[in-house]
Parts: sequence; C-alpha cells; structure tokens
Amino acid sequence: MTLGLLAQATSGGDPLYAGDIDLAVVLITALKVVVCFVFLLVATMLMVWFERKVIAGMQNRVGPNKAGPFGILQTLADGIKAFFKERINPERADPFVYRLAPYLAFVPAFLTFSVVPVGGSFADGNDGVVTIFGHETFLQVADPPVGILFVLALSSIAVYGIMLAGWSSGSKYPLLGSVRASAQMVSYEAALGLSVATVLLVAGTLSTNGIVAEQDTMRDWNIVTTGLLPFVVFVIAATAELNRPPFDLVEAEQELVGGFHTEYSAIGFALFYLAEFMNTVTWSAIIVTLFLGGPQALFGIDLPIIPGAIQGVIWFFLKLVVFLFMYVWFRATLPRFRYDQLMDLGWKVLIPVAFGWFLFLTTLRITRDLEWTRSGQIMAGAAAVVVAVAGYALFLAALRVSARQRETHGSLF
Amino acid sequence: MGYLQGFLVTLRQIRAFGGKQVTTEYSGGQGHGSHDEKMARTERLHGRHVLNRYEDGMEKCIGCELCAGVCPAKCIYVRGADNPPDDPVSPGERYGYVYEINYLRCIHCDLCVEACPTEAITESKLFEFSFTNRRDAVYTRDELVVGDDGKPQQLPWEDWREGDDLLSSGWMRATAPSGEAGAEGVVAWSGELGYGVRAPEPDQAERDTVTGSPDPTLVEDAKVEHAAKDDGDREERGHH
Repeated sequence: MTLGLLAQATSGGDPLYAGDIDLAVVLITALKVVVCFVFLLVATMLMVWFERKVIAGMQNRVGPNKAGPFGILQTLADGIKAFFKERINPERADPFVYRLAPYLAFVPAFLTFSVVPVGGSFADGNDGVVTIFGHETFLQVADPPVGILFVLALSSIAVYGIMLAGWSSGSKYPLLGSVRASAQMVSYEAALGLSVATVLLVAGTLSTNGIVAEQDTMRDWNIVTTGLLPFVVFVIAATAELNRPPFDLVEAEQELVGGFHTEYSAIGFALFYLAEFMNTVTWSAIIVTLFLGGPQALFGIDLPIIPGAIQGVIWFFLKLVVFLFMYVWFRATLPRFRYDQLMDLGWKVLIPVAFGWFLFLTTLRITRDLEWTRSGQIMAGAAAVVVAVAGYALFLAALRVSARQRETHGSLF
Repeated sequence: MGYLQGFLVTLRQIRAFGGKQVTTEYSGGQGHGSHDEKMARTERLHGRHVLNRYEDGMEKCIGCELCAGVCPAKCIYVRGADNPPDDPVSPGERYGYVYEINYLRCIHCDLCVEACPTEAITESKLFEFSFTNRRDAVYTRDELVVGDDGKPQQLPWEDWREGDDLLSSGWMRATAPSGEAGAEGVVAWSGELGYGVRAPEPDQAERDTVTGSPDPTLVEDAKVEHAAKDDGDREERGHH
C-alpha cells in the first residue's frame, strides 16, 4: 500500500510500480536486485582479472594464468583466501567503526549501480520498457526521480567509509591516507557535480532512464550536446573520485604504506578492494549512461535476430568495457600526481572550466528558450565567452598575486 | 602532445599491438604443455651445490670444514671422520661423514667453492628450492653427493629439463688456481666422475669471440645459450 502511494507520487518512474503492487511485482523487483548483485560481483571479479591481465600486457608480463582458463578464476582464489584469513583488530582501533567502515565503502558501490539502466530498447523513441513475466518494467533496479543526485549522494557516503576506516584504525598512515581521500573526493565532487549539471541542463530530467531516453541518436548523445568538455571533466573527476591512478594518493604506497586500509586484513581488506573495483565498474557505467547514451545503439545499428532489449545490454557492455580499459590504461601510463598538483588541477582548472562551461551552456539555453534571434543568440554566446575568459583571467591574476604574497611574506601552509 | 605519446608507449607493449613479452612461463613441473619453458641461465649461475667424486668414484670431500669456516651465512655443517681403512670413502686420510647445507640460509656466494682445496663442492645451475618444510631445506650428504654417473641427483621437487644436469662441476673455477695469467690454458684441476679431466677454459680472447662481448653475462640470451652449449660440448669431449 505504502509502496503504491510512493509509486503514484513519483509519476513517470518505473511502470512496474504504476499499477497495483502484487506478489509478482515484488518478486520481479527481488529478481532484479539479485541479478544486479550477482552481476556486479561477477563483473568486479572479471574487472580485477581484466586489469591485472591488461596491465601485465602493458608491462611485458603475462599476468595471472594459472587459475582457470587464462587465469580468469584468480580473483576468486584471492577472494576465498582473503575471506578465510584471520581478521586482526588493531589494539588502538575503535572496534565498532573499524568494522563498520568497509561496509560503508562497499554498500554505496552496490547501490550506485541500481539506478543505471543496463538494457532495454531505446531505439525509435522507446523509453527502455521491457516486459518480464507480463509486467512492464525498466532494466534497472530502481528509477528514482532524483536519479543522478542519488549517485552523487552515494559517492559522498563512500567518502565516509574511507574516512572512518582511516580514523578508526588508530594508526597514523591510515589517518593521513583518509584525510587525503576526503579532501580529494570533496574537491573533485564539485567539478563532478558541475559537469553533471550541464548534462541535466541538456536532458531536463534527473532520472537516469530519462537521460538515456533523451539521447536518441548519436547526435543527441550528451557527449555531443554538452560539447565534449563536461565529459572530459567528468572522466577526470570520476578518476579522482575513484582514487584510481593517477589520482591514487590515498593509497600512495611509497608515502603511506597502504593508505587508509593499511590496518585492514582478511575480509575487511577484501571488501575495500572489492569496493574499489566495483566503483570502477559503476562509475564507468555512469559515464556511459550520462554521456554515451547507455544502452543506445552505436550509429543506430540494429543487430539482426537479437531482440531490442538484449541489444541494449550488448551495447551497454561494449561501451562499459571501453571505459574499463581506459581506466587500466590510465593506471599503466600516468605517474601519480603530487598532492599540490592534484589540488591545483581540481580547484584551479577543473572547477573553473566546468563552471564556465556550465554558464556558457546556460546562456545558450536561455536565449534559445526565450526565442531570441540567431544573431542575438550568437551575441549572447560571445558575451558569455568574454565574461568567462575575463573571469578566468582575473582568477589567474589573483593566483599570481597570492603566489607573490607567499614569496614575500611566507605562508602558513 | 607528450601525454598522448605516453599512452601510445604503454599500448604498444601489449603483444597484440606488437609488444614483446619478456616473462617466461615456467611452471616448476606443473606446466601445461606449450607455455612452460625454463629461461636460459648464464653459465656462471650459482645454483645448488653438489659434492663431486673422482673418476674412480671416491668422494673428493676430505672433511676439512674450510667451506663451513668461510661460509658467511653459516649454512654449512661439516664433520670429518677418519676413512675406514678397508672401505675408504675418499682418497685422503679423512672424509666428510656429515655434510649439511641449509638452503634457507645459503646466499649462494660461492665462497665455499673458492675455499675448497679439493674441488669437492661446486655449484650446479639448479635453482629449484621449493621444499614445503624446514627439514627439507637442509640438504644432507646423501642428496648433495653426485650419483654414479657424476651428475647431480634429482630431488623430488626439482623440474629438470634437457641439459639441466650439465655444468655442475667446477669447470668455472679460474683457469689458473693461483690467478696467474701465465697458467692460463694449463689444466690444473683433478679428474672428476662423469667429466674426467676437462680441457682448459679458452683464454680471454677466444671467449670474446664466442660470446661476442667481454662480459658473457651482458650478452643476449641466445648467445649465452650458444656459449653454454659450447661449454657443454667441451665437457662431453673431455670424457674418457
């Protein structure tokens, strides 16, 4: 009953909850949750293997090749080992928080994926509805009206997992690692949010399903409609958000031993490790959803025989793998940033650029909505560019002044 | 565009994009067919020791304990005893009746080989020490002494391939025991079971023509392999 009311309140959501909530609906939801859970675990397992294999190739090595064909079961073996190892609680650790932290990192990684539409037919203006057991539904666990905000909220919660892990370990290096992590994630969340805002501006909806449905042809993909820049900013910020190289200062081995999870062993460590790779998968999925049309077909290709909904799944995974490979490639290629470089990139480059671009797009949108003439639109656009450039010049001037001040007067920091 | 070039560098390392894989797939005896090969080892690799015997089968070790004395890791334990007059083990007065090397301690510095006055202890090219308990790490005389064919004994955890039992005797000892250049090319070592009196090592100039480099450890694997095979051949020729 409550669920039904909730569903009515959120109009335009998953059609599964539009009618009465009967047993079948509950079972379908449960099925989707289980499938999503299992899929993510398997995907994470394969991602770890994929990363190790690809990075081995890039370093002229072989990579895991003993457990199972091509070593594909290596992660399983590692996982089983980790789960059977002794759990060690450091004497000075806060027992409750120390145990809670891995789950705080792990659960958001799962939940984020629940709003990602993994399949369904979006071609010809379809909104990705598929029919399972006679019920119409989306191929995603949930389609909350807040959609993408839910993702941002969960990525903030994941910071707590890392922060509390470092703090509760009762040890210095983990604490330093978690302080770095929280500073880094908060910094890059701003750039992340601003580039998401441009997508929302274009899409006009927060719902992930709506965002995908709106990117009908390749020309409508948000990577094109938002002008590439937010995509680049988002990818960089997401890499920082994931604490993956070149932004892996959180676990910079040379400086911080293992970073925030130094004191963790056995299952706690396994959960952090799992969460890290699962986040890589989920954030790649979110990039695909936001900018590359999720399950939308490439060039409008219609694969023969395969039904449309399954085609969507195939396209989604193809795009996903591209980004997973990109993350591995980053790791193999780029050296780690220094901490001040990291902060410089975040605050002095990504945020101003994302913000300026957002304002520019907003200007264009407003002039179009107000139905200005074409020359008027161009004028407004030019004015926006001039303002942005002037603003950035002022910003750089301010930076130079403060740098000179630091030179002459010294700095506390 | 420096960053993007960097990306190309890593991409090109993948074998599908023309990269070269440098890791050899070696399984230690649990291999799966084709992807299981041992790397070529350099000719002076310090592997596990063997206790050599003379051509007549007598053990070379005289139980003098110089190897134990010189060992910086204190991994060798030797006890000498008088040879039984009716069935002597070594041609001298005494023989090593206890000879143990603990391979959890051994650093393969080869000082024992340098110290040995009778060339009894030498290092083979075998490197597989994959025992599963500490007791197995202590190799006793029974395991170290060469077999009746003069070759090292194969231990259960050793994965031997073609030619692994070669190059186990003291052929690598400096050509002139005293280090005198004038003694180069003069046979100065005793005969050995399985190998006999070996021909002297080639002099430096000749070595350079074989290996193509003054330092054989620096030349490519293929050349080292070639050189090693040459040396093996020379030992074969040395048979009596």
